[in-house]
Amino acid sequence: MTARILLLLTGLLAAWQVAIGIDGAEALPIFAYTVGFGMLLVASLLLIILGLEALDSPIVVILSTTIPLSLSLGLVWEHWLLLRAGYLVFAVLGFLAILFTRLVPFRGRLPVYLLTIVHGIAGLTIFLLPIAWALSGRAAPGFALVGAGGALIGLGGLMLSFLKAGRPVLSQATILKILPGLLLLMTAAFVLGFALA
Amino acid sequence: MHSVLRLIRTKFKLYWPLTKSLQTGLLLSTGLAGYMSARCPVMHWYHFLGLGVSLYLAIAGSTIINMWYDRDIDAVMNRTHHRPLADRRVTPTEAVRLGLVLSVLGVGLAVAMNPLYGLIVFAGLFFDVVVYTLWLKRRTAWSIVWGGIAGGMPILAGRAYGLGQIDGIGVLLTLAVLFWIPTHILTFSMRYHTDYQAAKIPTFPSTYGFPATRFTIALSSVIAALSIGTAGILIGMQWGFIRLLVVLSIGLFLLAVASVFRPTERINFGLFKYASLYMLAAMILLSI
Repeated sequence: MTARILLLLTGLLAAWQVAIGIDGAEALPIFAYTVGFGMLLVASLLLIILGLEALDSPIVVILSTTIPLSLSLGLVWEHWLLLRAGYLVFAVLGFLAILFTRLVPFRGRLPVYLLTIVHGIAGLTIFLLPIAWALSGRAAPGFALVGAGGALIGLGGLMLSFLKAGRPVLSQATILKILPGLLLLMTAAFVLGFALA
Repeated sequence: MHSVLRLIRTKFKLYWPLTKSLQTGLLLSTGLAGYMSARCPVMHWYHFLGLGVSLYLAIAGSTIINMWYDRDIDAVMNRTHHRPLADRRVTPTEAVRLGLVLSVLGVGLAVAMNPLYGLIVFAGLFFDVVVYTLWLKRRTAWSIVWGGIAGGMPILAGRAYGLGQIDGIGVLLTLAVLFWIPTHILTFSMRYHTDYQAAKIPTFPSTYGFPATRFTIALSSVIAALSIGTAGILIGMQWGFIRLLVVLSIGLFLLAVASVFRPTERINFGLFKYASLYMLAAMILLSI
């Protein structure tokens, strides 16, 4: 029951961000943030309805990559003008590559390497960019909260990845127990960070 | 006095399940949303209250009459054999009287409030009880189309009451509910397939098979989402709320597609639950 309430709050925060929190941005960041927070909203609803066992689905890998990839694309497009075009190409190609390697059976470690690289770069961007911008005065101090959200999304992603790889850092029961709280904290940090930016 | 209160409480506990509170609540929410899509913010609370009371009475009344007529089906289905009419805690005469009284009160109040509104509420009751339940439900799987049309009447009634006339947006919203109904009912009839077979009720899964039913659900989900989205744009819904509606619609579509290509019991029931949540969320967004 507690998990469901936490997931519901996560969904409501994500819904608020999609509907109101990103107004005023340019078209591409609005699209990117809508994808990211929209995924969080739909994922929260599905976890409430289907239960946390839904995380066993192979599609989770694709969805969990889309969230950091889209959020990081929005951040770079808004705040790091020099890298706009390059990051857009990386995000599109990265997503397509992960989609392809997950849908078509691949031998070898390529799908895992690809996932690690794309996920890693996107996660680090969400973590480092807001903190660097807040510290250097290019954004309000509150913007650093988006970075905190990035750290939490990275933590959740790592735990799930290791679990899926058969080398869990924590037991599956513990991970599933803390995941709803982690998702809520992460979403709250994102929403607050964007509001204070 | 104490015994009277106890009797009322006991009767209420027996009658409440006859109204299918969740389904009635969802249909009521579509009616209120239809009104608010035309009259937001709500300036006259007594109009809004009248709308809510008349719709609730008419929907609950028709639901009770349906349950009275279908009590033989309910008795042989695992899912429904414990209902008060099926297990004889409420007598058929008592139930049909209650259903008729509520229906007459609901339609009567609706007609008194506005004749056009009353006519649409009556049409909803007529399509639901006479066309869907009495005439077609035991004959053809396509009866759900009429069930869908009946289900679309509250939102049309609410909007017509708000505007004083039937407009294109109202028709579009009715279509949205009509095409949402298969997502709701067909997933249900797949989940309780053996129950419906035992009761000899023709359903899409029993007539056309599961794959065709899943495809129908996916297609109707897309049409429902497009109808609600178009209505939202035409109403002048804020851009942010349209974004949110699109996100929720994509979730519905993805689940429907997943149920076509990777069908499992869990996905099927997930789609059923999500569809209800989707409709409620869409109604809230239309009302803001």
